[in-house]
Amino acid sequence: MDQAVMANDIKRSDLLEMYYYLRLTRSLEERITALYRQGRIVGGVYTSHGMEAIAVGYASALKPDDVIAPFHRDMGAFLIRGFSPGEIIAQYLGKKTGPTKGKDGNVHMGDLKRGVLGFVSHLADNMPVATGAALAFKIRGESRVAFAGTGDGGTSRGDFHEAMNFAAVRRLPVVFFCTNNQYAYSTPLRHQMAITDVVERAKAYGMPGEIVDGNDVAAVYLASKRAVAKARAGEGPTFLEFKTMRMHGHSEHDAAKYVPRELLDEWKAKDPILKAERLLAQLGYGETSYFHEVGERVKKEVDAGTEFAEQSPLPEGRETLVGVFATEDEVQP
Amino acid sequence: MTTATAAQEVTYVEAISQALDEEMSRDRRVFLMGEDIGAYGGAFKVTEGFLEKYGEWRVLDTPLAESGFVGAAIGAAMMGLRPVVEMQFADFISCAFDQITEVAAKNHYRWGAAVPMVIRAPFGGGVHGGPFHSECPEGWFFHSPGLKIVAPSTPYDAKGLLKAAIRDPNPVLYFEHKFLYRRIKAIVPQEDYIVPIGKAEVKRTGSDISVITYGAMVHLALEAAEVLHKEGIDLEVVDLRTLIPLDKETVYASVRKTSKAIMLHEDNKTGGIGAEIAALLAEDCFDCLDGPIIRIAPPDTPVPFSTPLEEFFLPKVSDIVAGAKKLAAY
Repeated sequence: MDQAVMANDIKRSDLLEMYYYLRLTRSLEERITALYRQGRIVGGVYTSHGMEAIAVGYASALKPDDVIAPFHRDMGAFLIRGFSPGEIIAQYLGKKTGPTKGKDGNVHMGDLKRGVLGFVSHLADNMPVATGAALAFKIRGESRVAFAGTGDGGTSRGDFHEAMNFAAVRRLPVVFFCTNNQYAYSTPLRHQMAITDVVERAKAYGMPGEIVDGNDVAAVYLASKRAVAKARAGEGPTFLEFKTMRMHGHSEHDAAKYVPRELLDEWKAKDPILKAERLLAQLGYGETSYFHEVGERVKKEVDAGTEFAEQSPLPEGRETLVGVFATEDEVQP
Repeated sequence: MTTATAAQEVTYVEAISQALDEEMSRDRRVFLMGEDIGAYGGAFKVTEGFLEKYGEWRVLDTPLAESGFVGAAIGAAMMGLRPVVEMQFADFISCAFDQITEVAAKNHYRWGAAVPMVIRAPFGGGVHGGPFHSECPEGWFFHSPGLKIVAPSTPYDAKGLLKAAIRDPNPVLYFEHKFLYRRIKAIVPQEDYIVPIGKAEVKRTGSDISVITYGAMVHLALEAAEVLHKEGIDLEVVDLRTLIPLDKETVYASVRKTSKAIMLHEDNKTGGIGAEIAALLAEDCFDCLDGPIIRIAPPDTPVPFSTPLEEFFLPKVSDIVAGAKKLAAY
């Protein structure tokens, strides 16, 4: 796909930083997959391989005090929000130093201080929650935005529709997105919905929608910037459909034989990292030696993170009993 | 709208309204969400006049979508507001079950996010509501760690517990009994007070048998106690007030004193709160029991509509009297 990005659409430093996060995401998730294959990670591993541009693009378009409710293939967003590779690997290993201290696994993590609402397995459950965050911003008159998403499958849930409707009725500062990666586990889109484009769903709520190339980090960034600006200006919610392809199985134990090989080959050529490299080269922002340099840098960071996580202690069994209820000092001001 | 004037008798429903009004005046973070709570003032008129007083961003009429607005309350709570959500009828809480049990209840445990919110749920029968307007759904949530559950029986408790619930940093389900709304009156203090969550209260002291109950059934137990007193049986009535965290100490102290226990509730018998307390007593107070633990609760059916059916379904004073006599004979 042609990229119509002009040099003045995105600052050079922003694009270079997004490229770094694309590489860090890929490198970190490849390491997590390797650890899983070595039997060192128990539980599920869900990666964003081939979809990295979405989380990196939208998270880069937000301000630090905006709130995100990431989808489970949004590793890049966690990284941009300041979760370190070490913390994330510790989370996968069930270590005490992970964001949930071993209470939950993989990308089921969040942190209100970093503006990340913890992911819930029940898909789309966080969309009403993010809508409520936006409601709080509106009630208090704050210039903050919530950004929340799910996959194509998740848009079949009632909670998706209830959130879209409520946000539209009250013109709340929230941006909804869908990573349409064409499969919900093994269920293809045509068995999920009788429409081709998920964005059609936004029309029912009187909400503007846009289809975006989810493999193009610049396109995701720019579309997100536009939607966020509208939300911040009090113009209400927008729906963004990021078209992409899940290049691995639903989780790393899933060989995804139900996906036609030709479809994967087609999307491999659209790899978001290659696409970003072409764009950087085209704009004169980076070349092969720079890409190599970033590759070396992220590998070092992932190595250090792996070491930190492996050396971190496991929680003790009795810590199971801690944290069912909150104390007053934990309430957000 | 009810406003706090000189100490006066208020109904149970007025006490709830007063608590909301006072908390909204006291704390700008408190806001209300629910169906028809604005211009209409709520199905039971609890929020009548609130829209005019507090405006549409603190008294939000929501779309008819319980999961969606409970989810939104969770999000707003995590951002530092104090939402109070009204379920029009407690029965409809099933539509929001997922958000309550999977999101609100687990967020703090999983990733440390406090969710200071209240869900008000008008529950219970005796009002010819039929299977979808008379339910007692507290048992569904009793089994779900991370939630607090309260169920007041008097205007004093209703007001004090709602204030405590709004000030609690956790998700609290507040089960208010519709049958009591306009039937029960009492004088409540003018000054601000709370009834602490997690504390049961002995509503009547007695020496022979402990009746452990909550909600509208407290009044039924008190009536039965009057009847039995004339027959020489002295009931102690323990009002749980809070179901989670359960005040085991008060329950155990009562049963250790009387050595006999009746579990009384309006929720279905199987898997109800009485079953859990009976099991706790069997585990922890077996040595002091002088008879079987008796459960008095409706049969395992939905709440039926027609008067004779609903009357058959609901526990009656005569059930408690019969149960107490049987137990007294041990």
